[in-house]
Order: sequence, then structure tokens, then C-alpha cells
Amino acid sequence: MYNSGKIIAGLAVFFILAALPFLLNLGKANAKIEPSIKTPEINAMPVKQCVESKEFMRAEHMQLLNDWRDEVVRNGNRIYTSKSNGKQYIISLQNTCMKCHSNKKEFCDKCHNYMAVKPYCWSCHIAPKEEKS
Amino acid sequence: MAKLPTPEELMKLNYNPPQDENWMDKPVELKPGNICWGAKGKNLKIVEFPNARDWSPVEADWKLPQDWEGTVLEAMADRLSKYRSFKIFMDICVRCGACADKCHFFIGGGDPKNMPVLRAELMRSVYRKYFTNSGKYLGKLAGARELDLGVLKEWWYYFYQCTECRRCSVFCPYGIDTAEITMMAREFTNLLGLNTDWISGPVANCYMKGNHLGLEPHAIMNSVEGMVDDIETITGIRINPSFNRKGAEILFVTPSGDLFADPGTFTAMGYMMLFHELGLDYTWSTYASEGGNFGLFTSNEMAKRLNSKIYAEAKRLGVKYIIGGECGHMWRVLNQYMDTWNGPADFMEVPKSPITGTVFDNAASTKMIHVTEFTADLIKNGKLKLDPTRNDDLVVTYHDSCNTARGMGLLEEPRYIINNVCNKFHEMPENTIRERTFCCGSGTGLNASENMELRMRGGLPRANAVKHVTEKYGVNTLANICAIDRATLSASMDYWVPGTRVAGVHELVANAMIMTGEKERETNLRGEPLPGKGGNE
Amino acid sequence: MKVVLPFIAVVVLALLALVGVTLAHQVEFFFGVIVPYTAVAVFIFGFIYRVLQWAKSPVPFCIPTTCGQQKTLPWIKHDKLENPVTTLQVVGRMLLEVLVFRSLFRNMKTEMTDGKIVYGSEKLLWLAGLAFHWTFFFIFARHFRFFFQDVPSILSMMEGVDSFFQVGAPLFYMTDAVILGAVTFLIFRRVYLPQIRYISLASDFFPLFLIFGIALSGILMRYMFKVHIVAVKQFAMGLVSLSPIIPQGIGAIFYVHLFLICTLLIYFPFSKLMHMGGVFLSPTRNMANDSRMVRHINPWNYPVHVHTYAEYEDEFREKMKKAGLPVEKE
Repeated sequence: MYNSGKIIAGLAVFFILAALPFLLNLGKANAKIEPSIKTPEINAMPVKQCVESKEFMRAEHMQLLNDWRDEVVRNGNRIYTSKSNGKQYIISLQNTCMKCHSNKKEFCDKCHNYMAVKPYCWSCHIAPKEEKS
Repeated sequence: MAKLPTPEELMKLNYNPPQDENWMDKPVELKPGNICWGAKGKNLKIVEFPNARDWSPVEADWKLPQDWEGTVLEAMADRLSKYRSFKIFMDICVRCGACADKCHFFIGGGDPKNMPVLRAELMRSVYRKYFTNSGKYLGKLAGARELDLGVLKEWWYYFYQCTECRRCSVFCPYGIDTAEITMMAREFTNLLGLNTDWISGPVANCYMKGNHLGLEPHAIMNSVEGMVDDIETITGIRINPSFNRKGAEILFVTPSGDLFADPGTFTAMGYMMLFHELGLDYTWSTYASEGGNFGLFTSNEMAKRLNSKIYAEAKRLGVKYIIGGECGHMWRVLNQYMDTWNGPADFMEVPKSPITGTVFDNAASTKMIHVTEFTADLIKNGKLKLDPTRNDDLVVTYHDSCNTARGMGLLEEPRYIINNVCNKFHEMPENTIRERTFCCGSGTGLNASENMELRMRGGLPRANAVKHVTEKYGVNTLANICAIDRATLSASMDYWVPGTRVAGVHELVANAMIMTGEKERETNLRGEPLPGKGGNE
Repeated sequence: MKVVLPFIAVVVLALLALVGVTLAHQVEFFFGVIVPYTAVAVFIFGFIYRVLQWAKSPVPFCIPTTCGQQKTLPWIKHDKLENPVTTLQVVGRMLLEVLVFRSLFRNMKTEMTDGKIVYGSEKLLWLAGLAFHWTFFFIFARHFRFFFQDVPSILSMMEGVDSFFQVGAPLFYMTDAVILGAVTFLIFRRVYLPQIRYISLASDFFPLFLIFGIALSGILMRYMFKVHIVAVKQFAMGLVSLSPIIPQGIGAIFYVHLFLICTLLIYFPFSKLMHMGGVFLSPTRNMANDSRMVRHINPWNYPVHVHTYAEYEDEFREKMKKAGLPVEKE
């Protein structure tokens, strides 16, 4: 007894599961994802500079926001001193971050959606109003 | 013959293998008392086996044929292509170690190569060397080694120390069954004439004379005649069994051990009394006078050659179906091999009890039922008059045979019977019964006398559990449904738990069964006074 | 030796990728394109090849290991899962085996105490094995967010479950801790339990160290040495849409993680890891105990030389007649 039918069916399932990423993306273009920093506020800045360097912010923004929250909520400290340029900023998601990055959809959501990450910032904070585009 | 150590000496056990030793570097030591004698040339010749000559495992020269390595490797390639089980079990073991302490030989001996995983590695290491690339190129690092005389002797030592009980396969997450690997090792060693005397002798007997003991037709009849006399003495009833009778409804096949020696004979008397009481139209056969099959411990082909007699005889006699007696490995063969080898048995009918009308659909193809299935059905339907108090001097526990438990699943039928014919029944601990049952220690043809130390070691886990219920409930009787058990457990009980009797289930049935027209019974089948009849109560 | 060598091998493999991409960016193409494609191809086709090799050998006999009451008389309770007779019951038994490691759950420990052999409970191996395999699967599945433009909600749900406690940022995955713990346990028992140490081979340690390395590099990448994650997804999407790109500045640790995974994929079909496929083909588990009901066919069943009744009667005819046994030929 060989059970060929069952084995081949099993292997077909294995192949489909193992090759699923390839099969589902057959002939699809690889979209290039880049968050947009084109907002009126940023455009108006003489030197386009966030609280920290671009590379730091890209990798560590979630940690920074987490720290900011703890500073404000637990320590009552609302002042953040930049590690890269020594300037002081008010710790506030809505009034500091989102003041410049007023385009949540094109800035935050772009990558988060792409990466299927769901930050829980907006469970408490109110997202900035955006014009529907 | 090696002197058998005392139980106290054997109990000095260490389950921890040496820490910094590679098992491959440790040459095998053929310990006296743990090996059987080599096969005799004349017995191998009878069944046309290769390299038939007298030889002795304790001598350095095993008188192997030219290019024996080539023979083995060729056979290995052949079996890999024939048995998916063998191929898969060579490849997928992850050495998780769950099986390590499940083997009765390891538990009773502590030899690390008796851990099922390592027993299998003895074979796998050679498989890797010749059949996988990693083994070919990485060698020892990949757990591979060459086949040489040392390896062959190691195989012979440890694969004739495995009783194919399949307990390890119950615990293996992939169901790897060492029995499958042992069977292959025995196929290979038999190509070189390396069987044991205790297996090849019964095989030759069975081939020529129809049973392992080599009883010739008249000897079988004499033996049965003696039992008939005993039954008459005990019950006052003369029964008249028939042999080789054409036109009988049922052919009855049981291991020949039950016709030959105590306590098996009491079980055989039990069958005869039961069948007589029912007025069953059955016959014995002197040609197919063996239910067991030592061919199974030799090679697939030999097992098939011996087994062929049962269907051939059923056809010649024109019976409707077959009832098989109490035996362990016999039922592995009947349940899992017989129909495939020698079927289809389309010249018979689906077994139907003439007493109760029950149709045994579970044997629709093989046309062969187990006697405990038959008897349990009788009792359930109230067809037997039973007086269990006649067994009141017995405090009974039940030993599941490896093969009926793990190769069949016959667990409840014998228990149901025992509970109806005995008043005092106690189970052994659950880790030692049913699918987890322990081997008697002497299966697969290891029930010789020259390897008594090995047998007692292998029998320790079972005896240990019996001892537990003996101390707890006063158990004095070990019931079972296997002829080899009846012979070997008697020895291991005498050694480990003296005073425990070993009895077949149908001995207990016949003791309790009230036969039509019987006289007032004074004794049980063993001639011992029945409870309340001895005057010394 | 059998412990140290595989450990060194994994360290060397990791360093190879680390040093390689740090020293010369050109080799990113090797580690980022050639190796992954090779690895996936070897894994998928190697796996299929191995299973087909097994499938080429027939199952000559019906040899299930029965672990419960057979189906016989209607009033005796049949154990359908431990002693199946129908295909559906076999499927049930296999599901228990594959999904919850039924057989391993039976495990117990044999010990000698006060001159008696006792069998104690031993569920740690089962627990660690189950934890290891399930978290491996969970983590593997979670990674599929890198392969889908629109990530299916089932994956997001799994992720939500895994990071349920919302600790830290990025959110901490429970499976990360469990898999490291389980693998560590599996390594330690191989080193410290005398029986297991005795039976272990280098090929038992290698995959454990390798998987430990994969898990560790992944964890470091997520929580410590953060990489340009959007670029990683673009890289992954490039691979699976067959138009590979190597975005700049992904970070060397990513290549370590990737290279170790590729090693595992390549190693897989040649090793004991094939138990993943083999468990489905094990005849002692995937067969119904119905060999008395239906005849099992052995494709290579061949005629054998038997000792016939006629030959038997020829030898014993006189003795049989004298004993009053019927004979065929007078």
C-alpha cells in the first residue's frame, strides 16, 4: 500500500503553504513606501530638523514616545532636551510632534499600515483633523 | 551455563550511562547469561537457510560467509525499498529520549544500549554511513560508522535482546517502533546463518511437524488424552475432542505450549471443557497445531511460511471459521499479518457464534476470532453457568501481553471474563498495564535457559508491579492470555515474587464453569482442593 | 565535542554574515538574494524529494501501535482515538499527535527508590516540546506580515494576542521569551541528563543552537539594534515578487538573522528535522487497526516455499493411521 493520493495531496498543501508568499505576490509591483514630510509647517522651516536625527527617529520614535509619556504622566516633566542639538522641546504628542507632522495619514499611517503595526497612541489622544484628500 | 545472580545482585541498577564516553567507541561484550546459543546447522538446513552450520557466539570465529558485509548492505537496500516503516524510522528520530527508560531490558539491566533509541542507533549509524550523504562524508560526527565484525556482533547481541514488545513505540512522538528495526536486524543476521538455537529449533519443528515443540500427530493426541483423563477425574465428564475432522464448523488453533507443560495444559483443559459444555462443532488440527510463530522472530518470509498452514488447513477441512487460543505474538500475526500474507480467506464465512448468534464483524476478512472475544460474548449473553466462588482462593491480577495490547487492543475482553469468573481481582498500577504493559522479559524466542540472567532482568518491571499488588492486596495469581507468558512468567515469578501462580484466563473460566451433569467438584484443574473443600480452611 | 562543535559552527555562520556585510556592501547581494533564493528552493524541493523517497517504499503490513481498546463486541467501549478503525478516527488520532503531541504526553520517568521501581510523572519534555513548536509556528506565521502588501487580519490578530500585555515599545512579544526558554531547556537537558547526553549527536545540538541564534538575532533586532524596518519589508517584498532589491542601510544584524534562517532551511531536508513530514507517514500512527476487517495488500507479497499437508501426511501417514486420525490417501 502506497497511499500515493494522500501523500501527493499532503505535499501539495505543503507546497502551497511554503510558497504562499511567492504565489500571492506573483506579478505584483513592489511599492516604495516613504513617509511624507511635506506639510505647510515643515515647508516653512528654514532648517528641517526634528527633535532628534532622522535615523534616530526612524528607529527609536516608538521608544521616545513611550519615554515622553512616562515623563509627563509619571514624573510631571514636560521638557525634553534633544540629544543631538541640545535644544529644549515641550513634550507633547499633539502640540509638538503633530504640530509639524500634521499629516498623520501620510506620515504615521503610511509606514504603520505597510508594516501592519497598530500603535495605541490614538486610543487616548485625539488624532489631528485632516482634510480629506 | 552462567550462574544466575541473586535477585539482590540483579537489583543493583544504575540508569545513568557514563558521562564522557561515545557509545560507538565501546565494543560489545557478549555477557554469558545474556545470550542464547547459536543455531544448529541441521535446523537451518531444514528450512533452506543460508550458511547452515553449527556455530557458537562465544567463539571469536562466527564462520561467516564470504563478503557478508555486501550481503547485509544489499539486504538493507532491499528492505529500505520494501518497508516504509524501516526507511522512515531510520530518518526521523530526533533522539528526544522519551523512549529511553521504557524498555524492560533497560529498566532491568541499565545497559545504555538497551535504551530503544540507542538500540535503533546501532542500525541507524550503519544506515547513515552507506545510505546518506552526511554520514558518508562527515562520518562519526554525523553519527555514522562502518559495518564491521564488531558492529555485527553488537547487532546480534542487542537485537536478540529486544522482544519486539513495542512499548517504546507507544511513547515515541513519531511512533517509531523498535520492533520494526529489530525485525530487519534479524532478517540480516539470518542471511548469515546467525539465528539462535532456541528460535531456529522451533522454526524447523514447526515447519516439518506443524508445531514448535515438534510433537508428532500421535503425541498431540496422547497429550490431549491425558488432559481428557484429568478432566474426567475432576468433573466426572468424559469429553471427546476430534482431530483433523473434515466438515467441522470451527477449526481451533492454539500455541502448542498449552498441550505440553503446566500451567499451559490447564488452559488447554479449560478450552476443551468450555467447548464441550457448549457442544461446539470444532476440531483440532495436527498439521496446523501451532498458533505461535517463531518465524516472526526470524524473517518475514519464514513467518509467512509457517503461518500458511492455518488457512491451508482451514480450507482442507472445510471449516466455516477459526477460533484462536490464548497467545501473544500469535495474535500479532493473526491480526496484522496473516490475511496479507496468506489471504484472502474467502473460502470461509464471517465468524458467527452458534450459541449466541453474535456475528464478529471485526474479523470479517480474516475469519478468525480470539477465544476471549468468543467467551466474553457467551458470558454477556448469559450462556454459561458460573460459580466464581470456586476461584475464591485466588486473588487475581491480569498481565496484558504486549502483542494483544499494542498490536491489537484486546484489553477489555479478558478483564470482563476474569471479573465474571473470579471474585477477587485487582489491577496492577496503570503505568504497567494495557498499552503500557511490560513484556514478560522473554518474548521473541528469548525464552531459552542459557540466557536466564537476561530473562530475569527483562522480567523485573513486570515482577515489580506484581510484587506491588501482592503486598497491597495479597495477589497470588497472575492471569494472562499468552502461552509464552505462562511458561516464562512462572520462572520470573519464582525468582522475583515467589508464591505467585501463573494462570491462563480459560483455566479460571473452567474452574468457575458449572458443567451439565458434572459431579460435585472437589478440586480445581490443578488438582488442588477447592476453597471450602480442603478441610483445612 | 558533539556540543562544542555545533555551537562553534553556528557562531561562525553568524560572524560570516556579520563581517561579510560590514566589510563589503557588495556581498549584500550574495546574502540578500542568492542565499535566500537557494535556501527556499532547497527547502521546498528538498522536502518534497525526501517525502517522495519515503513514499516510494510501500507499507507492506498493517502495523498500527494500538493504545486503547479495539473495536469488537458492541457492548465493549471502543477507544476510537487510540485504536482507530475508520479514516476519520485515524485523522483524529493524527491531529492529537501532531497538534498536542499525544504520545509524548504519556511520558514518565522510571526511578529506583527503596529497592522498588517507580514511574513518576514527567511532563516537562512534553511541555517544552509543545511550547517550542507552537511558538516557533506562531513566530513564523507572524513574519508573514513582511510578505503581504495588505496584511491579513488573522496575522494582526495573532500579533495582538502575542503582545497582549502591551509592555514596552516596540511591544514585547511573549513568544520571544517562550521560545528562548524552551530552546534553552532543550539544550540543557541534552547536556545535563545523563541518558539524553549519551544518546545525543552533534546533529541534535546543531539545529538547537541554530534556532537559538535565529531567535536571539531576531529579538536583538527588534528590541536593541533596530533596523530600518520599512526597508526590510521592501527587501522581503522584492524577494517574494521576484524582483529583488537591496535597500540601503538595513543594518548588519538583519543579515545575520536572515543567513541563519537560510542555513536552517537548507539544512532542513537533509536532517532529522524532516520529522515534520515523517510524523504524518509513520505507519504505527496513521493506519487504522482494521486488518481483520479488510485485507491489507502487500504489493510485493510473493509465493513462498511451504511444507504442505500432503508432504506432512506422507511423512506421518502410518503414525496417523495407527492413532486413528483420518488421512487423505490410504
